[in-house]
Formats: sequence, C-alpha cells, structure tokens
Amino acid sequence: MVQLTLPKNSKITEGKVWPKPTGAKNVTEFRVYRWNPDDGKNPRIDTYYVDRDDCGPMVLDALIWIKSKVDSTLTFRRSCREGVCGSCSMNIDGTNTLACTKGMDEIKGTVRIYPLPHMPVIKDLVPDLTTFYAQHAAIQPYLQTVSPTPQTEWRQSEADRAKLDGLYECILCACCSTSCPSYWWNGDRYLGPAALLQAHRWLKDSRDEATGERLDFLEDPFRLYRCHTIMNCAKACPKGLNPAKAIAEIKQMMVERQV
Amino acid sequence: MSVTGHDMRTPLQRVRGLGSARSGTRHFWRQRLTAVAGIPLTVAFIFVVLALMGRNHAAAVQILGSPIVAVVMLLFVLNMTYHMWLGMQVIVEDYVHNEFRKVALLMANSFFCIVVGIACAYALLKLSFGV
Repeated sequence: MVQLTLPKNSKITEGKVWPKPTGAKNVTEFRVYRWNPDDGKNPRIDTYYVDRDDCGPMVLDALIWIKSKVDSTLTFRRSCREGVCGSCSMNIDGTNTLACTKGMDEIKGTVRIYPLPHMPVIKDLVPDLTTFYAQHAAIQPYLQTVSPTPQTEWRQSEADRAKLDGLYECILCACCSTSCPSYWWNGDRYLGPAALLQAHRWLKDSRDEATGERLDFLEDPFRLYRCHTIMNCAKACPKGLNPAKAIAEIKQMMVERQV
Repeated sequence: MSVTGHDMRTPLQRVRGLGSARSGTRHFWRQRLTAVAGIPLTVAFIFVVLALMGRNHAAAVQILGSPIVAVVMLLFVLNMTYHMWLGMQVIVEDYVHNEFRKVALLMANSFFCIVVGIACAYALLKLSFGV
C-alpha cells in the first residue's frame, strides 16, 4: 500500500539553530531541511536568521546569503537566478517553486524550505531527478520525420507555431511532477505532468510525423491514464503553464483516434 | 520509486519497462460514458425511490414491475455497477503496489461488482415477471 509515514531513517529531527546576525534590524527566520548522506544521521531542520537588509529580495538570495555568510555546508542547486534554468526548484512555504523567482515578501513569517517532495534526496535540498530526466528522454523530445529532409528548414505556419505556446516554455524544473500525488504513488510507471506536457508539445508540432507512434507509446493505463486531473501541476508550475490541460488534450487525441 | 544502488539497469530501461500496454483509452472512455449515463439514470432512480416511499409491498411490486420503471432501474443498476467496477479498479491500481495483493484485489473487485449487478438485475426481473 501507499506509505503514509516516513521510514525510521527518514524521520525529521530538530537541527541546529544558527546565531542571529549581529546588529541586523530586518531579520527573517528560515527553517531548512538538511540531510547529509555521509554522517549516518536522520534528516534535520536547521534554523537560520537572514539579514534582509544585507541580501537580495528572493528566497534564492537568502539561501546564497546563508551559504556565504553563515553555513557553507548548506547544499542546493542554482544557476541562472532568473527562472530560466530550473535548477533551484524546491518546496518553499508548502509549494514547489523556483527559489530564484519566489520573493521573500510573498511569504508570511518563517520561510520553510524542503527538497522537492517524494524524490530520493542526494543531499540537503538536492533531489535525485534521474528517473524524471529518463521519463523526459522516453517521450523522445525531438522532431521525428519520414519525409526527405528539405534543403532549408521544415516549414510551419504561424498558426501552427502558435499551438506550441504554453508548451515549449517548460524548463524541466520538476515542480509539477513532484507535486502530483499520482506521480508520488506511481512515479515508476506514470510519466508525470512534465514529461506528458513535453509529449504533448511534440504531438502538437505540425512538422512532426510520428504522432501515431507517440500516441502508441502513451497508450497505457499507467504512463498516461494515472492522471486524475488533480491539477496540482498547474498550481505549482512557476512558469504558469498548464500540464493538466496538455494531458487532457492527449487523452482527447486518444479518444479521437478510436471513436 | 526507489532507486536502489544494486539496480544496474539504465534509468531509461526502468522507465520504458515492459512497454506500452496498448490499452487504457477504452477504460477511460467507458468511465466517462457510464458517468454521463449515470446522471439521468440517477435522477430517475431518485424519482422511483420517492414514489416507493410509504407504499406497501404489493404497491412496490406493482411500480417496480411496470415495464418502463423496470427497464430504467435495470439500466441504472447495470450502469452503476459497471461504473463502480471501473472506478474501483483505478483506485486499486493507484494505491496497491504489491503485485499479489493488487491482482487479488482486482479479482475481488470484479467478482463483487458482477455479483451485485447480477443480483440486483435478478431481483428486478423477478419482480417484473413474477416467477
């Protein structure tokens, strides 16, 4: 059955309370999930105090501030710091989002940060996304054609190009898939909202000639039909995309070719 | 989704697994079909229940035995038990991950829904034909 409690070695304990910055007037409390694979201990929640007057406005700014001024062992992924790369996805204040685009002023009181839910943790806020990336690879996210390759580019009308809006912007941050209960319970067989949104991006592409094969690949009670329209994906997406709608449209295509 | 250190398969091998089952859409479509059919049938069922309230056995037999009521009730029972069958199957597939337990529960679900459907249908037919 579904596991409702954490295994013994995953139970979260109270961690270290790091000192408040001296002389700071504008301080925000951060409660951050910590786990080190090397010390053999259970995960813990550390408490940090961030001097808001000394750091930028986003949650990622605060994490970088903590790492450089308080605790250099705090581990997290980050790169572009502007919502383009998808590296700093984590669970902030109960919602999966990007630390770089989440403003600290959007959160009332203590800022609570956990890694993306239901993923194996590598260290602290870094989840293992190997399966997630493999699911993306499995849907074959590239143009597939049979017709002879034209001398110039494959042509596409403006109207057909517009159909890819709301699909191509996905940055694979995994906020949607890791917010989805169906993905939590059946993430080994269900492809998850991110991979399915990408699948739909290629199903919708007027230049792609493998639509039927792509639908064949998805025609499965687990790969596609574990989606029960819970909509957490659309709620979580930091880019404002709607994977639930994309999945519904895949189901519609499936029905269309049978009925 | 446990990723064990001893699993030497590639991530893509694990994701592709046993391949597509090449089914699922029919199940999805029938779930919607029975759900839509369930709306007017449930309304009709409520009317029949209201009509039966406070009546004695003979009157109930007379109402349930009349051809239109009997056909509507038969459709209601068969549609609902089929919908229940499909729905419960999804719930078991969602939450039960032990293969043995899953197969056992899917079988039990099928047996239960078929028994309930046939028993209700039999009761309605017996009232109609009075044998």
